[in-house]
Amino acid sequence: MYSASDLRKGLKIQIDGEPYIVVDFQFSKPGKGQALYRTKLRNMITGNQFDRTFRSNDKFEKAQLEERTMQYLYSQGDEFHFMDTKNYEQVVIMREQMGNDVNFLIDNMEVQILLFNNNPIGVTLPNFVNLTVIKADPWAKGDTSGSDSKPVTVETGYMLQVPPFIGEGDKIQIDTRTGYYMTRVKE
Amino acid sequence: MLFEAGLEKRAALIQAIRAFFIDRDYLEVDTPYRLPVLIPEAHNEPVKSGDHFLQTSPELCMKRLLAETGCSRIFQICKCFRHKERGDRHLPEFTMLEWYRTHCDYHALMEECEDMILEVYGAIGHKSSAQAKGSTINLQKPWDRLTVADAFDRYAPVSMVKALEQDSFDETLCRYIEPKLGLSKPLFLYDYPVKLGALARSKKEDPSLAERFEIYMAGLELANGFSELIDQSVQQKRFEVEAELISKKGRTTVELPLKFLSSLPKMEETAGIALGVDRLAMVLFEAEKIDQVVTFVPEDL
Repeated sequence: MYSASDLRKGLKIQIDGEPYIVVDFQFSKPGKGQALYRTKLRNMITGNQFDRTFRSNDKFEKAQLEERTMQYLYSQGDEFHFMDTKNYEQVVIMREQMGNDVNFLIDNMEVQILLFNNNPIGVTLPNFVNLTVIKADPWAKGDTSGSDSKPVTVETGYMLQVPPFIGEGDKIQIDTRTGYYMTRVKE
Repeated sequence: MLFEAGLEKRAALIQAIRAFFIDRDYLEVDTPYRLPVLIPEAHNEPVKSGDHFLQTSPELCMKRLLAETGCSRIFQICKCFRHKERGDRHLPEFTMLEWYRTHCDYHALMEECEDMILEVYGAIGHKSSAQAKGSTINLQKPWDRLTVADAFDRYAPVSMVKALEQDSFDETLCRYIEPKLGLSKPLFLYDYPVKLGALARSKKEDPSLAERFEIYMAGLELANGFSELIDQSVQQKRFEVEAELISKKGRTTVELPLKFLSSLPKMEETAGIALGVDRLAMVLFEAEKIDQVVTFVPEDL
């Protein structure tokens, strides 16, 4: 159990059966008044954020969270299937929980799956992935229009801006946290 | 951690405070930090020191000095300790300026606060305005004065009386009112509900209110002052109520400060105030966090 005085940014707690992360925290104590622990909480399943103020006698359970390394297998409709490489246990994550990460998933990719009470609630990809460009306009040599980027499409269907010298078949590194192009990868 | 420039500014501030009180014939005192018995305060958790406690404020000893020695004006700059208080505006060990003046009430004390802070600002080379959170605070007298009840009516969705009934006074004050106080001029918030001023005299015209005030600058609470309660039996009853609350919260049984209580009848009409020196430094030096104005914070040690 945590008490209010344990609250700090990043702490993960359980309220009414759901996991929350403290995203902002402020200790307040009006003169001669009681200690107040003012927080901004984010529901780790729905992503909803709200403000909540606690008093010093409030107690919380620790959120039962576990992170496991799993391999991406395949997707079917809105379901994304992953497998624990140690015990071959499989879990399913829905598209809405995947968010933008669907843009960077390739078969057999190793990811971190976050489990709450043994239910998968989130996925963390490696910070950088290498993806093949499947569609790009050719680089018009001598183009002096001053444009320093052009759009391409990678194997997952994701579109992004890259430098003009990138062509179809090139492998590029992308930062999964921002979705931005990092560099061309030589193989 | 403070480096040389910060240390110099902090030293100048403390020396300017000291000079102000010495110039006004206040006697500087230094009372013990370790005490066998404290003021019973449900919301201040003391730090134990062997079979004693570290003071949460120097109030008990300073008031006994007034009562038992006949001193009429005393001040002290000292450390106070409150367990587990840590945030951008709180440290578990912090520097307090506390002063008392006999034949004085809380309104006269408010005027002295205006003089003190204005003079300290001047002494450390500031003009008569302070910058905080992007706005300019004009320090020229008179500062703004607002009763607690009016502050609730002006800024909060509930009245003071309603907030007390709903047990949401502190939350409402923090959320809706404090951030609005003292933005263009320092502000005295005054006339608190009597149950929020355990050592303050109640108002003759309205005994549900205590003659207590707080100073706010840039939404930051700097000081708590009041006309002292010198009625021994009323004070004892208030302590008993508070001691009961503490027992209910599960802390050990609380002894009452009997020597303090028995000295009260000898005390003259007095007003006193406690001002957080680190908080004043925050406003003066435009610091967002208390960490920026003290030598070391607990995490540095």
